[in-house]
Order: sequence, then structure tokens, then C-alpha cells
Amino acid sequence: MKPAVAMLLLAGLALAACQREERDTRPQSALGSGEQPTPVTALEPGGQRPSPTDNKAASFEANAFHLSEGKRLFGWFNCSGCHANGGGGMGPALMDEKWIYGSSMESIHATIRDGRPNGMPSFRDKIPDDQIWELAAFVRSLSGNAPSSAAPSRNDDMMAHPSENRMPDAATLGKSP
Amino acid sequence: MKRLASIAFATAIALSLQGCSGWQSALDPKGPAASELAWLIWFFTGLCAVVWVLVMVALAMPLMMRSRQRAEPLVLDAGADNRKLRVVMTAVGLTAVILVGLTLVSFFANRTLAAIGSDVALTIRVTGHQWWWEVRYEDATPSRILTTANEIHIPAGEPVRLLLTSTDVIHSFWVPSLSGKLDLIPGHMNVLDIKADKPGVYRGQCAEFCGAQHANMGTFVIAEPRAKFDAWWNDQLQPAAAPMSDEAKAGENLFLKRPCVMCHKIGGTPAGGTVAPDLTHVASRQTLAAGTLTMSRGNLAAWIADPQGVKPGSHMPVVDLSGDELNAIVAYLEGLK
Repeated sequence: MKPAVAMLLLAGLALAACQREERDTRPQSALGSGEQPTPVTALEPGGQRPSPTDNKAASFEANAFHLSEGKRLFGWFNCSGCHANGGGGMGPALMDEKWIYGSSMESIHATIRDGRPNGMPSFRDKIPDDQIWELAAFVRSLSGNAPSSAAPSRNDDMMAHPSENRMPDAATLGKSP
Repeated sequence: MKRLASIAFATAIALSLQGCSGWQSALDPKGPAASELAWLIWFFTGLCAVVWVLVMVALAMPLMMRSRQRAEPLVLDAGADNRKLRVVMTAVGLTAVILVGLTLVSFFANRTLAAIGSDVALTIRVTGHQWWWEVRYEDATPSRILTTANEIHIPAGEPVRLLLTSTDVIHSFWVPSLSGKLDLIPGHMNVLDIKADKPGVYRGQCAEFCGAQHANMGTFVIAEPRAKFDAWWNDQLQPAAAPMSDEAKAGENLFLKRPCVMCHKIGGTPAGGTVAPDLTHVASRQTLAAGTLTMSRGNLAAWIADPQGVKPGSHMPVVDLSGDELNAIVAYLEGLK
């Protein structure tokens, strides 16, 4: 009797592994990207920042799917043209801890959507709002601000040496035995 | 009753065989490679069926026949023992001959497949993406290189070389009526030679699980007579048709202002994205979204309005458009013949 109960318990525990991260590929509302009041500067009338009304910052930030989508879009939309895979070039580096306009998701989202002085173009109307949030989440993850269980890994071609399965065998030093 | 059941069973089998013909079937070959493979599978199936029946009969015989009692069990009967030995040795010998024979048949079939591409007339690069096919026609003249999507036009009766690769995950190219399947592997180029005997439309399908929309990753090989194929190529090289109506003109403007322009290319306009299907002649294709929807104004609108409903998980995002904007963009795309 006892082993049966234990087996049942084990089976019940195994069910916990069936939980899968939600993939939210459809925007929750058809609201346009221009409607959300996201601060672009700390200087607000009355000295008070409006609080962000979008819950996407929280739901996209640590979501593996959205982070990897952001990585894909970062390449597709040629962000590397100026930011060079996050290392910085014509544009500032994204993988350090320096944030000219703040490190919050809302700030990065506003940077991509509305642009910034000295070169950052505005992508309002060019990138759907959800995709901007995905990009913002990925940019934030570049400096280690996302849980490592969710953050996308580095591309093979960015590694300092070829991947392990393409390395010469350490035991034989590349010579066939 | 038993008879009725067996008739019903035979009818069901005959009906299910109906599914083995048409535009996507390995048992309905339309090219030399597929014919060779179909012949091979029928030969293997036929021979193995004969062997199976013989083995079953040999197994059943001792069960059915009552064994004769030997008058004197301890007396050796050299004749009967030799006969048994001969039967067993013959069966073992035949098995060896059949196995070697099948290997040889398979080997020569492979040689026939390899010989198809001995003098290819045309080279096409097929790149797999989640979840569509990029098709690039190679030519010595750079201005004649043509990029399109999801539909592969080939001249009928001529061998065509396909260079297969992928940008994301492993896909597999399979047009059952024309050839066997071959994988598209990121960072690696596979070569597949195909030939269609007669003009026609042959459906293909990704045959390696590649993600959520693997099932909706179809392709079409359209074989045409050479003259028609050349005319098609020349048509496709032209820049996109200029919008005729005011609505379509508004649609072109919107296309260039909204997110469409970030990923798609339309020749002759500033839209030059290369990460999504080329839309220069999108309305000349038979289907949308890699064989998911047939091409029509309604389906174009449905696909643009809610791609995540039609093909959940695909990289086409939901773009916030008003009804009028959607109509204008559809009117524009519909004219890109």
C-alpha cells in the first residue's frame, strides 16, 4: 500500500513540470502605442512623474519568450548598426551599467518609441508596441538585469572560441589516435 | 456477418487508398526521383509480403498437420533428417540472397537518384525560416537573381538543383510527388536535385518538426513549360506594379509608414526588409503564409488583421490598424500581381 501512495505522490509532483511559460503573442488591447503616458524626462510639470500605466514592463521583463523575441528583433531591425551587439559604437553601449535616460523598462521603451537626442531615431508607428516592449526587455537583459534562467544566450559566432563540439578533442590534442 | 465485415474492411482500405493520389503523395510520383522511390517501396513491400506469407505458411503447416508417429522412435531415419536440413539450409540461403539483393536494389536506386542532377539547368537556393520558405533563383547575371517566397517555379522536364539551408532551426524539404525529403540545416548547405516530368502543381511540406507552426509550413512546386517559366521569371524581375486607385495609393503610403516596411521588401519602393517574405509580386502567388490561406482579398485582410489568430506564434506581429487603413493596405497588396 505504502509504495503505491508514494508512487502517486511522485506522479503528482511530476505534473508540476507540465507548467509551461505563457507565450503572449497577441497584444492585450488594440490600443495604439501613442496612448501610454511614458515619461521621457524627469522634469515634469509639478515635479511628479506620472506612474506607468502599462503592466507589460512587469510581464515582459523576466519572460524567456519575450526576451528571445527581443533578441531576434534586435538583429532584424539592425540595432547593431549603431549599438554593435550591445558593445556600443556610434551609439552608446548597452551592456554596461550606465543608463543616460534611466534603466527602467519604461525608460528604455520610451527611448525606442520616441527616440533621443543625438541620433537615436523614433520607432513610433514603425514597430508595434508589444515588440518595443520585447526590445526593451532584451536591452535591459544585456547588462545582466534579467534572470539567467530567462535571458537568451549569446550567439555562437560571438564566442571567443568555437563551441565545444567543434573544438579539437582535448585528450588527443586534435590528432586522430 | 463475417462476409459483410470483410467487405466493409476491403471498401475502407480501397477508400483510404484514394488519399494516396493527388498533389502531395509519394505513391503518385510525377518525377524520376519519386518514381524510383515509389518503385523501390512497392518492390520492398511486395517482396517482404511474399516472404511473410511463406513464413506464416511454414509456421502454420506443422500446427495443422498431425505428426506421423514413428513406428520405432529410436531408429535413425537419415532420409527425413537430411530433408529437414536441406529445407532449413535453403531457407537460410534464400534469406541471404534476398537481403543482398535488396541492398543492391537500394544501391542502384540511389545511383539513379544521384544521376538526375548530372546536367542541371537551374540552381535555386531554398532557405527555411520559421515558418516559411525563402526561394532565390541564381543566375550568372546579378540583375537576374530573383528572390521570392513559398512558391518554387521550375521548368518541367528539366533537372533543377536546390541548395537547402536554414537560418534558425532544422527544417526538411519534402515534395512527395517529386522526390524524397532532405533537411535544411543552419550553417550547412544540402543539395537536392528534382525534376518534374510534366507541368503541374505539387505540394510540399516541412518534414522536420520546427516549432509551433511546423504544420503550416507548406510550399508549392509549380512546374511549367520552359517558355512559360522564362516569362514568369521576367515578370517577377519587374518592380512592383504602381498602385492604380486612390485607395491603393493610400495603402502604399501606409505600408511604408507602418511596421510592414520594417521586415518586408517591395521592389521599386523604399521597402527593403529581407527578414520576411518578399511582397513585390505577392498577389501572383496562390497562397498566403506558406500555404496556410488561399490568396484572396478577404484572406489578405484576415492575415494582416490577426496573424496570431491565423498562425499563432508566427513572427508576423499584430499591427494596430484602423479598418480603413487595413482596407487600403489590402487594396495595395492585392494589386501586386
